[in-house]
Amino acid sequence: MRVRHAPRYLACIATVIVAFATAARAGEIRVACYSDGNECEVTQDLAKRFESQNADVKVIVDKVPYKAILEQLPVQLAAGEGPDIARVTDLGGLAKYYLDITPYVKDPKYWEANFGETLKWLRPTPNDKGIYGMMTQLTVTGPFVNKTLFEQAKIPLPGATATWDQWADATRKVAKATQTQYAIAFDRSGHRFAGPAISMGAKIFDAKGNLVIDDGYKAMAKKFYDWNRDGTTPKEVWGGVGGNTYRDAFEEFANGRVVMYLSGSWQVHRMDQQIGRNFDWIAVPNPCGPAACTGIPGGAAFVALKRTKSPKDVGRFLDFLASEPIYAEYMARTENIPAHAGVAKKGVDYKVSPAAKAALGVFVADVPKLSPIAYEIQGYKYNRALFNPTAARLGQAIVGEMSLDDALKRIASDIDEQVKAAQK
Amino acid sequence: MPVDQRLAPSRSLVSFPARIAGVLLDIVDAPMRALQRLVGVPRIAWMFVLPNLAILTLFTFVPIVIDFHFAFTGGVQLYPSQRPFVGAENFTTLFECRNFLDPSTCNKDVFWRAIFNTAKFSVLQVGLMVFFALVTALVLNRKLRARGFWRGVFFYPVLLSPVVVALIWKWILQREGVLNALLASAGASPVEWLTDSHWAFFWVVFVSIWAHMGFYTLILLAGLQAIPADLYEAAEMDAASPWRRFSRITLPLLMPSLTVVLVLGLIRAVQVFDEVFVLTGGGPGSATTFIVQFIYMTGFAEAIRQYGLAAAASLILAVSLLALTLLQLRLTRRSAASTARNDA
Repeated sequence: MRVRHAPRYLACIATVIVAFATAARAGEIRVACYSDGNECEVTQDLAKRFESQNADVKVIVDKVPYKAILEQLPVQLAAGEGPDIARVTDLGGLAKYYLDITPYVKDPKYWEANFGETLKWLRPTPNDKGIYGMMTQLTVTGPFVNKTLFEQAKIPLPGATATWDQWADATRKVAKATQTQYAIAFDRSGHRFAGPAISMGAKIFDAKGNLVIDDGYKAMAKKFYDWNRDGTTPKEVWGGVGGNTYRDAFEEFANGRVVMYLSGSWQVHRMDQQIGRNFDWIAVPNPCGPAACTGIPGGAAFVALKRTKSPKDVGRFLDFLASEPIYAEYMARTENIPAHAGVAKKGVDYKVSPAAKAALGVFVADVPKLSPIAYEIQGYKYNRALFNPTAARLGQAIVGEMSLDDALKRIASDIDEQVKAAQK
Repeated sequence: MPVDQRLAPSRSLVSFPARIAGVLLDIVDAPMRALQRLVGVPRIAWMFVLPNLAILTLFTFVPIVIDFHFAFTGGVQLYPSQRPFVGAENFTTLFECRNFLDPSTCNKDVFWRAIFNTAKFSVLQVGLMVFFALVTALVLNRKLRARGFWRGVFFYPVLLSPVVVALIWKWILQREGVLNALLASAGASPVEWLTDSHWAFFWVVFVSIWAHMGFYTLILLAGLQAIPADLYEAAEMDAASPWRRFSRITLPLLMPSLTVVLVLGLIRAVQVFDEVFVLTGGGPGSATTFIVQFIYMTGFAEAIRQYGLAAAASLILAVSLLALTLLQLRLTRRSAASTARNDA
């Protein structure tokens, strides 16, 4: 080969690079999807169906860890990068990056009629009327119980209006009778903790609408702290990791180490798949406190993102996913509670075990009992300024690094600092 | 271009990779000639340095400048132009303490806990690691059976990714892990290896030593092998005891290698993050939270990302690393000068 051939080679290489670069972008939308169960696989499957009906659009579903959605996506979005659509849980916190797809959906009234209640969770301001995405699932926090252990201990299950104290008492007895290590476990999450706290009387917001650590919050914190210290709760869940690191207690429950496990409706699929018939597990209504018997609503949403270069295609794909038959299929296959009024009214034909079906029924029945405060905190854009310090500081108190009083003071000061920083 | 035919290999002997390399060189040849004509021969060297310099500027110098900018600005905005200037506020926040020896009296208590943890970790991990690396190197320097195998055994963990190291040990140390299973089989109660503050710190130090000791052992082994054997022969003829040989010959002559190991180990210890983050997540509580994790959590894992505070903390870390690096340079130069004097 001689030098004179070089320009020809360079031209060939350049042509290949340009061809690939063009092919990768034309009519392509990328979806960043995290999965609680099989959500991304089902999305992928539905995306193929969408592609067969819309040959000019290619949908690439990137399955990412939940941690990437929590930690990397916000940084990407702040830098003007990221996917076209993402499945997010920090609904209000990321709202400034959402794209209003109202001009790109066939019938905005359909969206308003069916997703009206949850559309406002995605809006950046209370007066906004835009459509930014759709909830792929409604979730409700609530407890699961190992029914087999109750049966073995011959102790009756507390009733639907039983208090947290009654449940703690009953599960401790069951644990003792069956030699189970622990009575109750909570996921290490301020979100999970908020439901019982509201039940105990936490108002969460003061009169000016600022986050506040009040007596109700402190009462639940004291109860939970005591449970960790006296061995009712496994210390390693909240004390085992540092900072605001999320850790669920699913393994503890699935391995029969705890009698009662506070998590949420998104765990039903996992319970069904991983516990199956190892023991009888059931979901029970949220235990009561003096103020309420509430969990926290929430869920994940597919949101359109402003940085997209294909807003029309993004709108079309979300419109496809939001259509009633597709949404109903999505709910049935992912075993989630629908946020779509029409689908909820008709009911979802879950192809699941009787145990999973019963558990989903319990969570759905708990929805009307949710406190208005629970909805308010879910829609508040700085809600993680409460949730994260709760996990971090209570964790420090539980392992004895600071007193509970100091931990509560620190939660309050962390909230102030973070909200002030966000408002700068 | 004329080619000396005596030096040119026959075409059949030219391997495929060599031919590929030839093609690539042909491709760059023409532009390089054009460039040389354009900038002239004396300046062509700069053209070779330029790509590396550009990468270094983009990924090292520019981030340093941005870090300075972020450290003196506030808010949660990512773009430098959108961030309000706050002067030294981020540093004041970090240094707001009633008693610097008691982190609970500090505004950013976790930062100070992280500083104390990092200092404690650095002293313990580096001290123990250098000691064990030295002992291992001394043993491996002897005429052992299967010496190559043993060297491989000690060096093997260095080849593993820190995340893999942490996952292996997590599997061993978790509540239902291998270690507790062994204890249970011996009739003992399980121990909370990773959820008890003291045990967690112990294991973090232990795992870090296990993972990195091989590298430092190798440096010390090279240092040991560079010591002339005739010195030991002369000492033996003088009936010097093994301890005397070690303290009068081995240790002084190994000191340059030991200095390098000590300072490199210290720099690595101050930067510790990945293994610990995967193994304990900084817990229990903040018992194994180190300074780099604090920076990461503040800048990227909190709900409200305080980039300014994280940047200020990283500047403080950079200053301490700079001090350690200068110490290394000074010690290395002093040791080189002393060796040169002895040679003279």
